[in-house]
Amino acid sequence: MKRWFEPRRLGELAPLPRALVHGALLAWTFVVFFPLYWVLVTSFKEPLQVADGPVFLPFVDFQPSLHAWKYILVETGRDTLRPYLNSMLIASLSTLLAVAIGSMAAYALTRIVYRPSVAAVLLFIASVAAVVALVLGAGLSLGWALPLGAMLFVLGLRPLQRRITARLGNDDILFWMISQRILPPVVSAIPVYVMFQQVHLLDTQFALIVTYMTANLPIVVWLMVDFFDGIPRELEESAALDGASRFRILFDLMLPLARPGLVATTLLVLILSWNEYLLALFLSTANAQTMPLLVAAQNATRGPQWWTMSVLILLMIVPVVVMTLFLQKFIARGLLTGAVKG
Amino acid sequence: MRRPGDDPVSPATVASRIDIRATTPTRSPDANPGSRAADWLDRQAGTIFIAPAVTVVLLFSIFPLLASAWLSLTRFSLQAGGYELSFVGALNYRKLIAGSQQFHLLGTAGEMAAGTWVALVAAHALLAWALLRSLRRRQAYAQAAPRAPQAATAVLTLACGLVAALLSPLGPFAAAAQSARDALDLPWFAWLLIAFAVLVVAAVAARALGAPARISGLVGRQLAGSVWLLVALVAAGTAGGQQGSLLTTLFYVVGGVALQFALGLGLALLCAQPIRGRNLFRLSFFLPLMVTPVGIAYMFRMLADMGVGPFAPVARLLGLGAVTWAQNAWSARWVVLAGDTWQWVPFIFIVLLAAIEGQPRDQLEAAQLDGAPSWRIFRDITWPAIAPTAAAVVLIRLIEAFKIVDLPNVLTNGGPGIATESMTLHAFIDWRSLNLGGSAAVAYLLLLVSTLMAVSFFHFVVRPARGEPAA
Repeated sequence: MKRWFEPRRLGELAPLPRALVHGALLAWTFVVFFPLYWVLVTSFKEPLQVADGPVFLPFVDFQPSLHAWKYILVETGRDTLRPYLNSMLIASLSTLLAVAIGSMAAYALTRIVYRPSVAAVLLFIASVAAVVALVLGAGLSLGWALPLGAMLFVLGLRPLQRRITARLGNDDILFWMISQRILPPVVSAIPVYVMFQQVHLLDTQFALIVTYMTANLPIVVWLMVDFFDGIPRELEESAALDGASRFRILFDLMLPLARPGLVATTLLVLILSWNEYLLALFLSTANAQTMPLLVAAQNATRGPQWWTMSVLILLMIVPVVVMTLFLQKFIARGLLTGAVKG
Repeated sequence: MRRPGDDPVSPATVASRIDIRATTPTRSPDANPGSRAADWLDRQAGTIFIAPAVTVVLLFSIFPLLASAWLSLTRFSLQAGGYELSFVGALNYRKLIAGSQQFHLLGTAGEMAAGTWVALVAAHALLAWALLRSLRRRQAYAQAAPRAPQAATAVLTLACGLVAALLSPLGPFAAAAQSARDALDLPWFAWLLIAFAVLVVAAVAARALGAPARISGLVGRQLAGSVWLLVALVAAGTAGGQQGSLLTTLFYVVGGVALQFALGLGLALLCAQPIRGRNLFRLSFFLPLMVTPVGIAYMFRMLADMGVGPFAPVARLLGLGAVTWAQNAWSARWVVLAGDTWQWVPFIFIVLLAAIEGQPRDQLEAAQLDGAPSWRIFRDITWPAIAPTAAAVVLIRLIEAFKIVDLPNVLTNGGPGIATESMTLHAFIDWRSLNLGGSAAVAYLLLLVSTLMAVSFFHFVVRPARGEPAA
C-alpha cells in the first residue's frame, strides 16, 4: 500500500499523486480540445446532419463532406480572401507600428528624463475641450475651430506657465499611457467613428490600422518598459562613450537585447488585433471587413450557418497557432516580466 | 504617496506631451563639422522617441474622451437633411440612474429576502475591514501615528453607509431617501454636494481620531467605499427582481476573473509538478487564447445547444432535454461566463506558471528535504513568491474583463430580455438605435466603474502584495 504514496526517486512524484495530477491535466486538456474538435467535425457536416442531432465521429456515425470548405474556399473564395487579406494586413501593420512606436517610447521613458509642465498639459486639454465645444456645441467647422484652439494654446502657454510651475515626471507619463488601457473601447468608438467619417476614411484599412495601433500601444509600452529596465545601463554608457548616437544605441544595441520581450509583446498584440471585433464592427462595413466580422456574418438571414462558420474559425486559428508554435518559448518570459512590475 | 498623476482619469494625468524638456546628456560638439546635423538630431532624440506615441494616444484618447463627454450631455435627433445635437444637461445620466432607463442599467426592484440583508451587512463589514487594513498598513509604514485607527475606521465606514443610503436609487433605503430628498426639494446636484461634504467632514473627524493618512486620501477611500456600497444596495434591491447591465457586467468581471484565477492557479500548480509531458500540456492549454472571441461565442452556442449539441444526449439522459438555458437569466449568464473562462484561463495560467517556476529554488528544496507538507510549502513559500505577479495579472484581467461584449452579443443577443447584456453591449445597442447621448452616458459610467475597480484593486490588493503602503 505504501508504495503508492512514496516517490521512487527524489524529485519525482509518488505514483498515486502522479496519477491524480495527470488525470486533472488530461481533464482540462479535454476541456480545451473538445470545443475545437467539435468545430472541426462540424465543418465536415451537411446541414441536415447538424440539424438532426449530434453526430460525433466522421466515417463512424456520419459521412463527412467537404461542402462547407468548398463553399468558403472556392464558391465564395473571393469574398473570403478579401477579409482574410484585410485581417492580415491590418493585424500585421498595426502590430508593427504599435511595437515600433511603443518600444521607442518605452526605451525613452526608462532612459531619458522628461519634465512636462502641468500648465501645458492643462492648457492643452482646455484647448481640445474648446475645439470640441466649438464644433459640436456652436456648430463651427473643424477648419475654423482647430486654428482657434491652437491659438488659445500658443497665446495662453507663457502666462499660465508663470502661474503654475509644477512639472510631471516619467512615471506620470508612463502611468497615463498605461491607464489608456482602462478606457473601454466603446467610450471612444463613437467619436473615433465620427472622426473617420469627417475625413472620409470610414471603412478603410487605414482607419482600422490606426485604431488598433492606438488601442494596443499601452500594452506595448507597459511590457517593454520592464524589459528595458532589466537591461544594465553600463552597456549603453560605454556605447555612448564610443560615440554612438541614441538612435544607434536603440536600434543596434537595445532592441536586439530586448528581443525575447519584443517577440512576446508582438505575438500578444498580433493575437489581440487579429481577433478584435467591436471596433471593426464600428469602423468597417464591406471594404475593410475583417475575419471576425465575416465569422459573425455567417449568422445571416437563414440562421447561423454552423458549417461555414466552423471553417472560418479554423482558418482564423491556423496562422496564429503556427506562429505561436515557433515563438512559444518567448511567451511566458515576456508576459512574466511585464506582469511582475505592472 | 498620491501624486497628482496617480488618478487615471484626472485631467492632470491626461496629456503630458506638450513641452517635453528632454534632458539628454549632451555630448561635446564633435570635432567633425559635417556631423552637426546628426548631433542636433541626437539631442532631439528624447522628443523624437516619445512624440509619436504621445501624439497617437492623445489623438485617440483626449479628443474622444471629451467628445464622448459632450455627447453624453446631448440628445441626438435626425432632422431634415442632417442631424441635431441639443444640450440636455445630465438628463441622460439621470434617466439611467433614476429615470425611465433605470431598469436597463440598474435593474428592477424585487422583494428583499432575509439573506439579502445578511449580504448587505457583510458588504458593510467587508468595507470596514478593507479600510482598517489599509489604515493599518499605512500606520506600519509611517510609524508615526500612535493611536490605533479603529475609531477612525468606524467614522469612515459610517459616513460611506450614510452617503450610500442617502443617494441610493434602488434598495431598502431608496424609498426613505426619496422622501427625505423630496421633503427638502433641492436640485439633484445639491445632494451630490451634500454627500461630498459629509465625506469631507468624516475625513476631518477621522484624521482627528488618528487616521494616519491625508484628508484627500481619506476622502478618496470613502468615495470608492460609497460607490461600492451603492452597488451593493442596488444588488440587494434587485436581488428578487431583474438585474440591469451594471450588475451583469460586475458578475462577468468579478465572477469570471475569480473563476479564471482559481482554475489558472490550480492548473499552473499541477503543471509545475515534475511529471512527463508538461510542455505538451502547457502548449495545448495556451490554445483558447488564440481563438477569436466571436468564434468562441458561436462555438459555445453550438456546444450549449440542448437539442442538437454534443451534450444533448447527456441532457436527455438526465431528463433535462426540455430545459433551455437561454430562457433563464442566470443559466444564460453562466454560459456566457463559461465561454469567457474558457478563453482567459490560459492567460492567467501561463503567467502564473512562469512565476511559479521562477520562485527561488533553494527554499523550496530545503522545505522538500525537511518533508514539509505540500500545502504548507504552497502557503509559506510559493504563494508569497508569486503574490505580486498574481495581483498584477488579476488587475490586467479585471481591466480587460470590463470590455466583454462579443460573447453576450453572439451567444444570447443580450437576452433573455436584457439579462446577459454587459454595459458595452448596452452602449452598443443604444448606439445602434441612434440614442447616441444615452450610449455615451452608459459608456462613461462604464469608464467610471472600471476605473474605480482598477484603482481600488491597485491600492487595496496590488500594492500590499508588493509590500508597498496604500495611499
